[in-house]
Amino acid sequence: MTDTTARPRTDGGVVAPAGGAVGTARTRLEGRDKVTGAARYAADVPFDGLAHGWLVLSTVARGRITSMDTAAVLGMPGVLGVVHHGNAPRLHPAGLFGPDGQLQLLQDDRVPHVGRPVALVVARTPQQARAGAAALTVTYAQEPHDTVFRAGHPAGRPAPAAPARPDADLGDVEAEIAAAPVVVDQRYTTPEEHHSAMEPHASMARWEDGRLEVVDSNQGSFMVARVLATLFGLDQEIVRVRAEHVGGGFGSKGVGPQLVLAVMAATLLRRPVRVALTRRQVFSTTGLRPATEQRLRLASDSTGRLRAIDHATAAFTSTIQEYVERNTEASNVMYAADAIRTRTTVVPLDLPTPGWMRGPGAAAGSFALESAMDELAQAVGVDPVELRLRNEPSAGPVSGLPFSSRNLAACLREGARRFGWADRDPRPGTRREGRWLLGTGVACGSYGAGALPSTAAITARADGSYTVSVGAADIGTGARTALALVAADALGVPPESVRMRIADSRLGAAWFAGGSKGTASWSWAVTAAAADLRERLASVDRVPPDGVTGRGDTTDAIGALGKQERQSYGAQFAEVAVDTGTGEVRVRRMLGMFAAGRIVNPLTARSQLVGGMTMGLSMALHEEGARDEALGALVNSDFAGYHISAHADVPDIEADWVEDVDDSNPSGIKGVGEVGIAGTAAAIANAVWHATGVRHRALPVRLDRVLESGFPAAR
Amino acid sequence: MRVTLTVNGRRHQADDVWEGESLLYVLRERLGLPGSKNACEQGECGSCTVRLDDVPVCSCLVAAGQAQDRDVVTVEGLADPGTGLAPVQQAFLDAGAVQCGFCTPGLLVATDDLLRHCPQPTDADIREALSGNLCRCTGYEKILDAVRLAAARSGETAGER
Amino acid sequence: MREFAYQRAGDVAGAVAAFAAAPGARYLGGGTNLVDLMKSGVESPERLIDVRGLGLDAVEEDADGGLRIGATVTNSDLAAHPGVRRRYPALAQAVLAGASGQLRNAATVGGNLLQRVRCGYFTDVTLPCNRRVPGSGCPAVDGEHHNHAVLGWSEHCVAVHPSDLGVALAAFDAVVSYETGAGPGELAYAALYPPVGDTPHRETSLPPGALITAVSLPAAPVAARSRYRKVRERASYAFATASVAAALEVRDGVVHDVRLAFGAVASRPWRAHAAERALTGAPATARAFGAAADAELAAARPLPHNGYKVPLLRNLMVSVLTELAEEAAR
Repeated sequence: MTDTTARPRTDGGVVAPAGGAVGTARTRLEGRDKVTGAARYAADVPFDGLAHGWLVLSTVARGRITSMDTAAVLGMPGVLGVVHHGNAPRLHPAGLFGPDGQLQLLQDDRVPHVGRPVALVVARTPQQARAGAAALTVTYAQEPHDTVFRAGHPAGRPAPAAPARPDADLGDVEAEIAAAPVVVDQRYTTPEEHHSAMEPHASMARWEDGRLEVVDSNQGSFMVARVLATLFGLDQEIVRVRAEHVGGGFGSKGVGPQLVLAVMAATLLRRPVRVALTRRQVFSTTGLRPATEQRLRLASDSTGRLRAIDHATAAFTSTIQEYVERNTEASNVMYAADAIRTRTTVVPLDLPTPGWMRGPGAAAGSFALESAMDELAQAVGVDPVELRLRNEPSAGPVSGLPFSSRNLAACLREGARRFGWADRDPRPGTRREGRWLLGTGVACGSYGAGALPSTAAITARADGSYTVSVGAADIGTGARTALALVAADALGVPPESVRMRIADSRLGAAWFAGGSKGTASWSWAVTAAAADLRERLASVDRVPPDGVTGRGDTTDAIGALGKQERQSYGAQFAEVAVDTGTGEVRVRRMLGMFAAGRIVNPLTARSQLVGGMTMGLSMALHEEGARDEALGALVNSDFAGYHISAHADVPDIEADWVEDVDDSNPSGIKGVGEVGIAGTAAAIANAVWHATGVRHRALPVRLDRVLESGFPAAR
Repeated sequence: MRVTLTVNGRRHQADDVWEGESLLYVLRERLGLPGSKNACEQGECGSCTVRLDDVPVCSCLVAAGQAQDRDVVTVEGLADPGTGLAPVQQAFLDAGAVQCGFCTPGLLVATDDLLRHCPQPTDADIREALSGNLCRCTGYEKILDAVRLAAARSGETAGER
Repeated sequence: MREFAYQRAGDVAGAVAAFAAAPGARYLGGGTNLVDLMKSGVESPERLIDVRGLGLDAVEEDADGGLRIGATVTNSDLAAHPGVRRRYPALAQAVLAGASGQLRNAATVGGNLLQRVRCGYFTDVTLPCNRRVPGSGCPAVDGEHHNHAVLGWSEHCVAVHPSDLGVALAAFDAVVSYETGAGPGELAYAALYPPVGDTPHRETSLPPGALITAVSLPAAPVAARSRYRKVRERASYAFATASVAAALEVRDGVVHDVRLAFGAVASRPWRAHAAERALTGAPATARAFGAAADAELAAARPLPHNGYKVPLLRNLMVSVLTELAEEAAR
């Protein structure tokens, strides 16, 4: 692990005085290592005697393994072993949030979907392992499969309620809709999408002196270590997981299949084993955003005041683990209405298990809700910004709880001002530049904020330095740097005196880099540790040679929190150009205004928000996992086939924020990781409507869909 | 087979190279230079971009044998040992163009090459030139800023001469 | 990847001889397609014969206005060549519209012509594909074929040829020169790719072991006023959904000479002869361009999910020809 020290910007930025670090732009602590190629990711760390494992994936969508010709492979050059359901260590039920069937790898002969790991070939070199994996003949008894998702699928069942957010049943939705003069009733679909973090998942596992050591690519080493210990029936004390540098995660880097298999192989072969996934394997084995089909019914009076929101969603899950894509969250909190109803259906199919993908629930949910709001604005004849302002709630519309802070209206107003919204002709199809039709759109988004229990320690040294130890993960978010700033202010010292140790399960219990709650959770623990340290330092004359350590644990404080509605909010504006001859859609500019609590490091927070908006652009126009219905297999599982936005797709894009004071946690942090993607796709689709006069209710807004639906509004 | 090549100004020799290895593999696994990243292994993301005989290529698609007797520059070779970070490295750092960092090595090599051939690129030049380097974190905006910053700084330096 | 051998050929005769001596050999140019397919297991040659050192890397301008392009000229060098940009601008534009800078720096002209299809069923060895495994079936016909062929396909394969460069070559009557153990030969580019029929695995009409040495473009004054336009989901760095290479010469408002080829709509770059015939001597108007497109596209047989390609091609062809006509009128 490298100790890193906060450095001020070198481009003339002012070094803040002690106590004012939070809120100043800071380049990232590990930036130098990353630009020189010195940063070591999970697949970069060498080990003596390292062997390499290669996954073998199922090629049928449902069935049983009837035979596996391991003998032929074991005779191949360099091959050290084949791990399969006949020899794999038995696993205990375990998972990040309850037992997870995805992690029960190589435990039996069942095949639940195409792309399920069925064996791991281990060899001296990666190529030998790859050759062995390619040569491993697996035969299956195939069974009829069902991989085609639709909302009315007979296997669909109501999702279990989210602990903190049961299905909404406010007022009488049907009565309000029946009585309302204006009703929008539409269906929206979003496709299977893939996280596509640039670093493919990789793990190295080895046993050393009776202890299990793991170098991993994950979003939370402490929680991963805990799952690993439970899974393999080990004392967590002997399991150490580190993930110093992680090449993006976006929700996909929990306990990866490569990690479980690496531990199995290291255990069986008694030597270090690294398993690095190929891009294709990442597509098949590390989760996805499930396809959704959502029905939105909005009813309003003639001025656009909402009388009813009825949001029903369905998404698929696998047959081995129930994942619920909670698309209706925002419908509980975005707008005031007399009646609000939400329903969520899960459809188990012979497909890989979905998982959290950036803005889980919100990214697809906001597409439906915010598209429907735009349709309502059109139907009522009210400006879409004004429509939203008219339905601004004063408290949680369903829960009745106060907002910890909100400021969505400020986002809308400031965003509209900067974007030049006032000059917009509301009629579609009125702006033309040569073969391009231009249009603008707006949409809002939200994502739940909060903090989860974490611990931290800070050690003061005699040399005047402070070492912060917290089980945080920095998957590119800038958490390492943000926490150094938080610590500096909490200690009342300059950031340059703070050293950071993160991404190591030995640093104590800590929440995941997930749910936009990482930095808030860790910051709170760091703040608590700083308070403890200051008390301890007050009682000593001088710092002893081994230092003085303060500790923080937020479990009790978080448990004592009052109930409130806590969300980050955003309003996004987009301008698109649509080619009337080809249907090509190009985004020309985007602006996002956010209310996301206190911004710790403007430099990295802005990057997070712009990155989220760009992933939203990508979702709006490009991303779509294409599955063959007869085979159940993904047929675009590489970057040539699965398109994420490239540089030329991304226009002038700006993210900024309004003042948003949330004093429900001591750092005031709400999180910026997810809210950036909430609403983007709707803003773009709404802009396409404004350009063309056609509503696109199916993502992505592909050129064939645009072309075939025509340009009825073009003048 | 034996492969001899120059990497970042140093002669390297790798023995027992299997013909099927890529240049990327040789760099990462045999020469201890893991700065170049393997993110797609099919030339679709640019994370493995290196300069091969002064021309940026995807090292994942160069067969090891093809690298024999050739000159390679990787991200590890961009910095001038005497003066610290290369201008593009400093600009990426300062502009916040680095997030998870996995696409960064390839982007730096590609950007360095762009600015050698086109010291004052337009935004459209930059977007097109770097479209072979996928990034999932940044949204590219800060990368654009970084390239502009590097170009502006080198312009200032040139002006002072 | 299986074990295989690598060798650098010193001259054309040596390369051809080495190929003949090694069953299962493949010529290696830039490697941007072949090395990729070797990793995924689609290709498993036993010997790679590196042909980049054969001195085939020059673009020569004929005195009569034509060009001879060496087989190992990289895409980047081809697009940057002043003679190409002047005489065949659509060719330079097509090359620059393809792939990324890194790939164009490595990819060669010969390799570009011989690149394999990008169909998702072809590139994943766990899926059936007649082109990869004859007789295994073509799931794309009833499956994911949103970007597949509307012209010239058979039920055995509906994949499209992915080349951009090839579309311009098709428009300009390129001729492919090759070398075999029995001596040199030539083949019209239009004949390089046989019809798919029931033999989609038979991808070229070259004699066994032939090494492409050059691609020649005959003089074509009309090509100086040519354009390549590519439609794609991403703004850059994506294979075409459809593309058009067009050249137009108008005299007194009447089409005097026209060249048209389509990309991403058939198993080969599609020379639009019917459209050319319909246009020659016709007024250079959008209406005539549209009628010509209809004449060409009468043969289109879209699949259930790619019918959009027909109006797309029509619009694209009319748009590009209209632009060329307007520029000629200025």
